[in-house]
Amino acid sequence: MESGKVTTITSEQLDPEAITAMVRKDANGATATFLGTTRDETEGRAVLHLEYDIYPTMAYKVFETILDELTEKWGIAQAVIAHRYGHVPIGEISMVVAIGSPHRKEAFAACAYAVDRIKEIAPVWKKEFYGDGAEWVGCHTDENSLSLRNQK
Amino acid sequence: MITHPNVTITVLLFAMYRERLNKNCLRLTVEHPATVFSVLQQLQIEHPDIGPLVEHTLVAVNQEYAESDRILAEGDELALIPPVSGG
Repeated sequence: MESGKVTTITSEQLDPEAITAMVRKDANGATATFLGTTRDETEGRAVLHLEYDIYPTMAYKVFETILDELTEKWGIAQAVIAHRYGHVPIGEISMVVAIGSPHRKEAFAACAYAVDRIKEIAPVWKKEFYGDGAEWVGCHTDENSLSLRNQK
Repeated sequence: MITHPNVTITVLLFAMYRERLNKNCLRLTVEHPATVFSVLQQLQIEHPDIGPLVEHTLVAVNQEYAESDRILAEGDELALIPPVSGG
């Protein structure tokens, strides 16, 4: 992976301004930064906080693969993927994807693609905590079954 | 008579697997040649409480997604990847 690309996995708060600054360059006329933030409800159910589990060694490899795909598809040379793990309170940033590019079209496209790919293949799991229980997103975890829930 | 050597692998557990089995990983000794599929079958027999989730689980071998017919080698790191939900 080239020097303009950075991947980070941390339990600390993510700083979107510092991460965005990493992809700024005089040759780039466009910067696209996406922030994933923890939402306070899901399907009408209040969420109190979230917990992220991650397989770090594989997640780093997946993030690097995704950044290399951005170079192949749109020639992106400056890009950062940062993901948080552990306890994340509501309203905080769980993920940052920042793209620097000479032109906006490539920056927007690459940013959207990277976010979709992370959600599709990165070994990361989130658990939502409600007032009356908790659930890993994508799977029921009630006592009797561990069946798949319809993915949105 | 041909004797097959055993291979020992590590199985990493995340998210609901970690909670269900109450551990981060398992050491598993299996008869060679073992595949991803045969290891999943063995896990279901030894840990019936992981239940039908296995059918919706992908497997990574040495940090890369692997097909079910992948043959496992001594020391391989196998990870159970239930439906992901990052972001």
